[in-house]
Amino acid sequence: YSATMAADLASVAAKLAAPGKGLLASDESTGTIGKRLEKAGLPNTEDIRRSYRELYYTTPGMGQYISGVIMFKETLYQCTASGRRFVDALADEGILAGIKVDEGLAPLPGGGDGETYTRGLEGLEAACREYVAAGAKFSKWRATLKVSDVLPSDAAVERNADDLARYARICQECGLVPVVEPEILIDGPHSLARFGAVTERVLEATVAALRRHGVLLEGCLLKPQMVIPGSEAEGGRAAPEEVAKHTVAALRRVVPPAIPGIMFLSGGQTEEEATANLNAINREAQAVGRCPWSLSFSFGRALQASVLKLWSSDQTRVSEAQQLALALARANSEAALGLYGTSGASHPSTLSVDSLRENFRGWGGRDAQVTAAGVKGGEEGAAEGGGVAQ
Amino acid sequence: MQTKMQLRSPRAASCARTLRSRTQPKVMCRAFNSMESPYAEELKKTAAYIAQKGKGILASDESNATTGKRLQSVGVDNTEDNRRDWRELLYTAPGLGQYISGAIMFEETLYQKARDGRQFVDILLAQGIYPGIKVDTGLQMLPGDKGETTTQGLDNLADRCKAYRKQGAKFAKWRAVVKIGEAGCPSTTAILENAHGLARYAQICQENGLVPIVEPEVTLGPGDYSIEETAFWSERVYSHVMRLLNEYGVVLEGILLKPNMCLPGLDAPVASPQDVARVTVRTMMRSIPPAVPGIHFLSGGMSEEEATLNLQALNDEAPNAPWALTFSYGRALQATTLKTWAGKESNWTAAQDILVKLAKANSEAAAGKFKGPHPVPGGGRILQALRTGGAGK
Repeated sequence: YSATMAADLASVAAKLAAPGKGLLASDESTGTIGKRLEKAGLPNTEDIRRSYRELYYTTPGMGQYISGVIMFKETLYQCTASGRRFVDALADEGILAGIKVDEGLAPLPGGGDGETYTRGLEGLEAACREYVAAGAKFSKWRATLKVSDVLPSDAAVERNADDLARYARICQECGLVPVVEPEILIDGPHSLARFGAVTERVLEATVAALRRHGVLLEGCLLKPQMVIPGSEAEGGRAAPEEVAKHTVAALRRVVPPAIPGIMFLSGGQTEEEATANLNAINREAQAVGRCPWSLSFSFGRALQASVLKLWSSDQTRVSEAQQLALALARANSEAALGLYGTSGASHPSTLSVDSLRENFRGWGGRDAQVTAAGVKGGEEGAAEGGGVAQ
Repeated sequence: MQTKMQLRSPRAASCARTLRSRTQPKVMCRAFNSMESPYAEELKKTAAYIAQKGKGILASDESNATTGKRLQSVGVDNTEDNRRDWRELLYTAPGLGQYISGAIMFEETLYQKARDGRQFVDILLAQGIYPGIKVDTGLQMLPGDKGETTTQGLDNLADRCKAYRKQGAKFAKWRAVVKIGEAGCPSTTAILENAHGLARYAQICQENGLVPIVEPEVTLGPGDYSIEETAFWSERVYSHVMRLLNEYGVVLEGILLKPNMCLPGLDAPVASPQDVARVTVRTMMRSIPPAVPGIHFLSGGMSEEEATLNLQALNDEAPNAPWALTFSYGRALQATTLKTWAGKESNWTAAQDILVKLAKANSEAAAGKFKGPHPVPGGGRILQALRTGGAGK
């Protein structure tokens, strides 16, 4: 890359990873967000989707806690009710616009049972150039890996790492900062330790692939899973301090300092768990020292579920919904600084502990229907049985 | 392959052995850092001690042949007694332990005593300096007529480590050399071979209670290649080495890295300390994960003053680096010291004095506090040819 290009990418990445700020992942595809809206009793129309997203994008003060918003393609081109482009409304708050560019999961040939690769490389460059013209500054691509006694296979690890790197390279060449998301699914009975070991393997392969493809490390962000026990592990959930210890140790072994930010996904965790774990991770990082990257968030449901519940009950309660959105963002911003809980306020989440637990976030299997929006069951937690509690 | 199987969890090992039906893919599932060295906690503490801020390593592990060349350059015969006297001068220098946390020794030296009968290892420990031991047995040429080398020393390494640890060594060192600047260099073979040697050596050391210093030297050599070219290859070599260390189950918190600073070739203009620092820090940021506690740069031909100024510039460039940015200097601490001594008893104190001054200057640079003047200003590059041919005698 030219020196200017490299500098721009690094500058955007640094902005996204600024201390105390994180990403709002509101890039649910039409199908996925539709399920959530329908479960909340709302119709899945373009206008409902638009006004739902408008809630967040016009929340005053959001820019203190959110540095970037990841959008789905449809949303990138939408406007507020008063006709202001979302991209511009966000820019008013100093928030950068991001775009999900992958096209969902597909079964991996030669992989193990349930292993996937992610589609979307075909035509990616052309798509990116359009997104840049529309005002996007960063992008995101989600790969998923499964853990079992015998998984993830080498084939799955290497294939997904390579595809992530190719995606990252193309994005950088078009002027987009790539968020690189190798999500290791939590489904299964595996222990915290096993998850940590797999995390190291996957992240190391991912970083090596980025390097191999000449991706500028200073101009990309990582979006991994926190190291937590499997959803069916003996002993259930782990304490935040345990999660923190294993997560920080794993990252320190495989992520070079050049990558400015590690923006954790919250898949499978409740709103409160995600915040508590993020907070513990930052405390641990401060205690251990020598953790040079931002340890922050790229949360979807952990920033939205309570808000949707409130707004769906009465769409005129916009201000209240926005206050709640802000409170959720603020809580996680504090957690990203290791300061959550110091003010004594309880978590703003209004949902019960179990309601956000997602059952299955990977590929639905051979019987799953392939829809236009991607394979059913893929993406940001589209599982049946998940979703907002009534 | 016995050792490799031990590295995996029992479950993973069994799944690798159990081949399922044709329709099920053969899957490899590896777990990093599953090696349960009983020494893991001790290794981490030792590494952290050596890498403490403001201290560095004295590399005094020249083989007998190389030491001989040095002694002869000041008119001293290459005898065991002379080699012993020379190292005694270094290790008994008063106050050296304020600036030096580790001293690397050659095998002969590890077992030597001072004239008053005290073991060198005890003298060093009394100064707060951990004894280390060079365990590689030298460079061998790789086929290809490009002057590329591999490093030997894996045979019997486990037993040797046990013996060295018993004698008092706490850490080890293995030097791999990767040549750049010539067409075709470095070859893939050179990178793979040297990285493998380092990873396997590190694994064996940790199993046997020694902290391995991992030294992948991208060597300063003839040619007018640019500093960016050095950086390009250094990044590739280091990241490959790191990856292999992780794959081999080496505990990164229990190693130290000894890389080269990024410098242009010998026939190119000398780079300023700021340029060296900027490019070197960038290279390290891209390839060395934070778990490694210390990066101890080799001096590899830099003059004494250059070595200190560059180290200071590194710490200016990255005052909050996740690893210590410090030194493991041989020539840059010894060259003038040796010339001052020249084998004469009457020069003993003066020589020790200059050594401690040099150690202090580099200690300050490693803490980002060196202000000058340098004790030995204006020196030229201190070069030596690559020696090949196996175990130094």
